[in-house]
Amino acid sequence: MMGTPELKIILEFGAGAELLFGNIKRRQLALDGNQKWTIANLLKWMHANILTERPELFLQGDTVRPGILVLINDTDWELLGELDYELQPNDNVLFISTLHGG
Amino acid sequence: MIKSEADSERTKLEREISELRAALNRKEQCLRDLSSTVTAAARAQNQSEGNAMKSQGESAHTKLNKDDVARYSRQLILPSFGVQGQLKLKNSSVLIVGLGGLGCPAAQYLAAAGCGNLGLIDYDDVERSNFHRQILHSEARCGMSKAESARIALLELNPNCEIRCHSRLLYSQNAMHILRGYDVVLDCSDNLPTRYLLSDACVMLRKPLVSGSALKMDGQLTVYSYGNGPCYRCIYPVPPPPEAVTNCGDGGVLGAVTGTIGAMQALEAIKVIVGLGDVLAGRLLIFDGSSGTFRNVRIRSKRPNCHVCSAQPIITELIDYEIFCGMHATDKNNPMQMLAADERMSVEEYREKLQAQPHLLIDVRPTAEFEICQLPKSVNVPLVEILDDGYLKRFSNHLEDKALPIVLLCRRGNDSQIAVQHVRNRFPTHFVRDLIGGLHAWASNIDPSFPIY
Repeated sequence: MMGTPELKIILEFGAGAELLFGNIKRRQLALDGNQKWTIANLLKWMHANILTERPELFLQGDTVRPGILVLINDTDWELLGELDYELQPNDNVLFISTLHGG
Repeated sequence: MIKSEADSERTKLEREISELRAALNRKEQCLRDLSSTVTAAARAQNQSEGNAMKSQGESAHTKLNKDDVARYSRQLILPSFGVQGQLKLKNSSVLIVGLGGLGCPAAQYLAAAGCGNLGLIDYDDVERSNFHRQILHSEARCGMSKAESARIALLELNPNCEIRCHSRLLYSQNAMHILRGYDVVLDCSDNLPTRYLLSDACVMLRKPLVSGSALKMDGQLTVYSYGNGPCYRCIYPVPPPPEAVTNCGDGGVLGAVTGTIGAMQALEAIKVIVGLGDVLAGRLLIFDGSSGTFRNVRIRSKRPNCHVCSAQPIITELIDYEIFCGMHATDKNNPMQMLAADERMSVEEYREKLQAQPHLLIDVRPTAEFEICQLPKSVNVPLVEILDDGYLKRFSNHLEDKALPIVLLCRRGNDSQIAVQHVRNRFPTHFVRDLIGGLHAWASNIDPSFPIY
């Protein structure tokens, strides 16, 4: 008999974005495989489950705030449909803050 | 008291030597200004306008001399670089914006490699907190303009490099004029308004922009405004909220991290000039120094509706970037004014009226900073712990005593104001103040031997 289907993905944070998520740079997630997961859903899930610092430093409305890049399998999410992108098994989603110092 | 006499004699001599050095630097500066005026005048006679820096046309180098061959031999024998690459570099002009942690190594490698003309922009002066990462500056040049200091170091490295200094802040009114004379621009700046300014100006002038940045243990690198690649605005159409932006002065950075990115900026500039390899455009290199990993990610190409680089741009001349970003074009901190004057106290007032009395002195800086230096009897409660009320339990006895004054402090007197607001809301009848100017004020007004950073 089959167990509850899971959607396994890897979530990564870099350049300071990890500070908003308990200072953990890499997480393996097993999401509920019975539902469709878009990035929009994932952001809501992250807000509810793992975001530890002030939400406005990560989210603005229903999307990420300006200055945070989202990369899916090392490709800018803008090339893949942004919020509407549907997560696939073993996807790697990286959130990275933009640096300005020098 | 022979030792104290020797000490004061030493101090006097050291002061005299540094004054003489400063005088020498000024004379050398006059000499350089004079020779560059003469060269510029000669060039202006020979050339039509528009090529302020470049020696183009009849004055372009078409041959390497014996000195060049000896000096650049190890890169000349690279088949992909060769004599043609060296000549292109020799005839090129590169502008480096910011002579800090990124600009120093970038300028160093470009000068060493034989870049013919370098322009250096920095409004700032050399200070001690620069040395760990800004490796062209030296103790002897403390207080000198960073552009000048870098020029002296670079000429020692390669006297054949022609270097022009622009010791001023780059802003909308002077940017186009300065950038026009260069082939490639390196963004080695430390702030957001300058990054948007450089990107817009480079799009308008069609110049490639090699953009590096670094903070803490992380670095990022890409080339904007090159080929079909995007500009800064294509990637970041909207600036981030100011509270989400951290600079190196507040967040800290390791010199080897800025050095890594700065050296790679020089590499990308050389590739652009020589036409070598795959330029890092449309891709972003992400360096995580703590894990020793590089990631090379694909970023979008030009945004079809970009306000600046699309076919129908909305912005066709430079704007006020400090207003656009809501922050200043320097990494200097601006004092914040959240509290009224009677909710704060000066360091003098604290020392005279309170320091000897029973009170609770809370330093709200991060623990790593508290460990660098601290006032006597202060306790460390990082701001986050104030905001999430983590401190209440630890100080419950103290806080029950309504007569016990609470004084909050930090490095410069900004975070302590946020802390006062929070603590006062919780204990409205307590005496709660913060120290105006924080530890910086303490060091400058009370105790000059107190370490500042």
